[in-house]
Amino acid sequence: MLQEKAREQRFIAICMLGFVLFNFPVLALFNVSGTVLGIPVLYAYIFAAWALLIVLLALLAER
Amino acid sequence: MLHGPVIILTSFAYLGVLFAIAYYADQRADAGRPVIANAYVYSLSLAVYATAWTFYGSVGRAASDGVGFLPIYIGPTLMIALWWLVMRKIIRISKQNRITSLADFIASRYGKSALLGGIVTIIAVVGILPYISLQLKAVSTSYLILVQYPEIVMPQALGALSMRDDTALWVALILAAFTIAFGTRHLDAAEHHQGMVAAIAFESLVKLLAFLAVGVFVTFVLYSGPGDLFARAAAQPKLSSMMTPLEGVAGGYASWIWLTVLSMMAIMFLPRQFQVAVIENLDERHLNKAIWLFPLYMLAINLFVLPIAFGGLLHFPAGRVDGDTFVLTLPMAEKQEGLALLVFIGGLSAATGMVIVETIALSTMVCNDLVMPVLLRMRSLRLNEQPDLTRLLLGIRRGAILLILLLGYLYFRLAGEAYALVSIGLISFAAVAQFAPVVLGGIFWKGGTRKGALAGLLAGFAVWLYTLLLPAFARSGWLPIGLLEQGPAGIALLKPLALFGLAGLDQITHAMIWSMLANIGAYIGVSLSASPGVHEHRQASLFVDVFRQGGEAAGARFWRGTASAPELYNLLARFLGAAAADEAFRQYAATRGRRWPDDPPEADAELVHFVEVQLAGAIGAASARVMVASVAKEEALTIEELREVLDEASQVVVYSHRLEQKSRELEAATAELRAANERLTELDRLKDDFVSTVTHELRTPLTSIRAFTQILLEHPDVEAGERNRFLGIITKETERLTRLINQVLDLSKIESGKAEWRESEVDMRTLIGDAVTGMSQVFEESRVKVELELPETVRPVRADVDRIIQVLLNLLANAVKFCEPGRGRIRVALRDEGGALRVEVRDNGPGIDVTDQELIFDKFRQAGDTLTAKPHGSGLGLHISRQIVEHFGGRMWVDSRRGEGACFAFTLPHG
Amino acid sequence: MAKKILIADDEPNIVTALEFLLGRAGYTTQVARNGEEALAAIAADVPDLVLLDIMMPVKSGYEVCRRIREVPEWRHIKVVMLSAKGRDAEVAKGLAMGADLYVTKPFSTRELLGQIQALLGV
Repeated sequence: MLQEKAREQRFIAICMLGFVLFNFPVLALFNVSGTVLGIPVLYAYIFAAWALLIVLLALLAER
Repeated sequence: MLHGPVIILTSFAYLGVLFAIAYYADQRADAGRPVIANAYVYSLSLAVYATAWTFYGSVGRAASDGVGFLPIYIGPTLMIALWWLVMRKIIRISKQNRITSLADFIASRYGKSALLGGIVTIIAVVGILPYISLQLKAVSTSYLILVQYPEIVMPQALGALSMRDDTALWVALILAAFTIAFGTRHLDAAEHHQGMVAAIAFESLVKLLAFLAVGVFVTFVLYSGPGDLFARAAAQPKLSSMMTPLEGVAGGYASWIWLTVLSMMAIMFLPRQFQVAVIENLDERHLNKAIWLFPLYMLAINLFVLPIAFGGLLHFPAGRVDGDTFVLTLPMAEKQEGLALLVFIGGLSAATGMVIVETIALSTMVCNDLVMPVLLRMRSLRLNEQPDLTRLLLGIRRGAILLILLLGYLYFRLAGEAYALVSIGLISFAAVAQFAPVVLGGIFWKGGTRKGALAGLLAGFAVWLYTLLLPAFARSGWLPIGLLEQGPAGIALLKPLALFGLAGLDQITHAMIWSMLANIGAYIGVSLSASPGVHEHRQASLFVDVFRQGGEAAGARFWRGTASAPELYNLLARFLGAAAADEAFRQYAATRGRRWPDDPPEADAELVHFVEVQLAGAIGAASARVMVASVAKEEALTIEELREVLDEASQVVVYSHRLEQKSRELEAATAELRAANERLTELDRLKDDFVSTVTHELRTPLTSIRAFTQILLEHPDVEAGERNRFLGIITKETERLTRLINQVLDLSKIESGKAEWRESEVDMRTLIGDAVTGMSQVFEESRVKVELELPETVRPVRADVDRIIQVLLNLLANAVKFCEPGRGRIRVALRDEGGALRVEVRDNGPGIDVTDQELIFDKFRQAGDTLTAKPHGSGLGLHISRQIVEHFGGRMWVDSRRGEGACFAFTLPHG
Repeated sequence: MAKKILIADDEPNIVTALEFLLGRAGYTTQVARNGEEALAAIAADVPDLVLLDIMMPVKSGYEVCRRIREVPEWRHIKVVMLSAKGRDAEVAKGLAMGADLYVTKPFSTRELLGQIQALLGV
């Protein structure tokens, strides 16, 4: 039972992390001109953060 | 190559493939071996979220404001993180109550209210129509563009079309036919449409591959990688401003956040998403994989959106080509006919997937929650007396599918041209978001009531109509545009796009803020203002506490009244058909230890509940309740009684949880003890057997020795010849005794690891020679011929000379023992097998049954019945030999067939 | 007239000893090497007593004993079981199968002879 609760809370935490990563003000930090490896910073950031969330979800869900 | 007929033929061929997949999956499902019962198919089917809107529209939106489209796909990623809490619960509730659709779910939660189900259905149909029309628009537009190849002409420039050439209408009709064939095979809407799901999963693969193909083509063939592409775009001032777009876009961050929230709601409450995620779910555990696979799919299909958008903007002169068509027009402009056709098929699969699932979901709602409740109430139709309603039900569903698609087409003609793809889709998103408060509130908050849900839904929907649908019609010229600019009757405060003066937001954000305020406010406010009825109370408890209730029967606790089994059966038969009703009753009766129909089960609360749930699977909860009420007289429970039942129930639940916990612990402890005891008993038995067998083996020679000694002692008159014979026997038996004792000691040393092993380089040739020479006297006595088959030289192995000799002697002695004297032949062969030396001792004795071939290596076992076959010798020789061979890393086995001799072989590895 | 005794055992040395012993005591002896032979021998010439080893090939002593007790004409035959298995359970099983006596190997020849004579009523 306890394990289930802990898992629920981790899922909620990932969702909240996503909200923080994809919102003002964190998003604004990357809303600048310039490129990373030839890709505009904002795009690179969004896709990287997105991939990170997916990895976290996979690790938690497949446990 | 890209003529109209080619495109049309290809499209139909593709639809044919889809149909074949669906047919195959349905066949497999009927045979009880479902193909879709895995988490990957489930995850892919969720990707029905990506429609033609994603396929064409994302690039269009990206071409106008950069990353603005991404929240629509990031939102689901955030929401799916909560699925383990939310979706798991919805799935569990839906399975227990045989929920057939989203409308059914909401109606069921709020006291099985037919009115609520009907309203949800209307909202869903009206809200989704724009979305369906969008798919029709996408398919017809992409066709019209493709058919102009090699020219690139926007369809708007082609002028009005005659009815016969109206592609969208044809698309609508073909899709309707296709969906009807797909989705209305089964009557029970709570049953799974496995064929459909298999086809949808396949479509998800096709659209992803097609989109990735264009992406790779644009990024790496048309340009030399993303770096090159973005660098060129950055060189143009107009495009470079799109790379940090969030301030520039209307609404900025606010718009971004609302889009995220909106799509979080959409992934749950779009009727098609509810259909694939909840109704078609075969196993809750599939969620675990979908939770990360589905976001991954979203990421993959969006990876190339921006490169394609920039590619299109760089490639085509400004304004000449619509951004929504870049995916198609870029390959066309580069004369990539095959790729263009693939894109068209990808777009087609995105559109058909959406239309099929969406119309199936909507038609179920229309049938179960809109039409049937009305028909059942119309006394004049006398539906209550119809013996078989199954055809009627299917007819309604098929009609609904056709009607929905034609309405979608109508919306396309009325309003479709005025909007870009993305805007149309968002209007639908905002409509289904209105379901969020009543559903989420419904599964976590027992206080939500039917009246509250009604008020919330109606308020939210009204605001949606006013702020989103009305402007759409006004812009299309079907309503005076003054309505938007001056407000109704010139009242500026009521301007649909700036309600109560809230201006400066984009249309969606504006509509979401007001509709959600109205919706949630009314839902909570009205729910709190009046107490719920008995039915609402019990349904609330069933839904919110679904993880604490005990399965489907939980609903039966709340029913009290009288009914009769045959009447209930007739009711079920009318809606499901006699065969299905028979089957259901037979199964139910079986769980009660009865036999249907000879020995019918009692018509108690559980049977009534069972019938109602079965019926709900076909016609929805609200109608099912009405129908069951018509044959079963329910005595009204008062609210106090219900409370008592609920309190009692929750007490019982708490107790039984504790009890379960305790008994689980006890069981675990008991099981451990039992296992330990079994191990001990087994060890004991093995030891006991061993001792008993050894004793037996010792006693047999002792018996002879004692008997003869006593005879000689008590009969001094025994003549000399006989006396010598007896003494000889005594000596032989003593030797036998000694040998046995030595072997037992030997074995116990080997088994306990205390044996001494003297390893040295051993030449097996010499060893075999020595062993055969040592046995030569025995061979002569038994008149057995021995042949040797030894190579000239062999590489040495490391082993203990004495032990290996022991093994060889044992095998030779065995062989002699089983050979018929005079005709026996023994063949000893030595071979180098590369990694190891192999020694074979073959005899021409009676052979060994296959079943005995492993047994004979056990202690005290020899071929034949273990009880009656008395061992010749100790029965330890082979066992010890195998232990020795295995000690040096080799193997020992026997090849034999009854009547064909036996070949014992062992290997010894080099080094 | 001399009483007839059938010796059923697959250990040749033990058979030799018993043949000698019983012959000296004035009995007529017959020999069977396994359970089946034993039953055949009984059918051919009904003995007064059978000395029955338990661990024999083809048919065990238990089975032979049970068979003897099943046939009405054989009911009077005395059965002495001889076995190297001396656990209580095995003795009990032997007696339950209808044996008159259960003797554990190794045995004292004098005692065995005394018991046989008592059974045959000399």
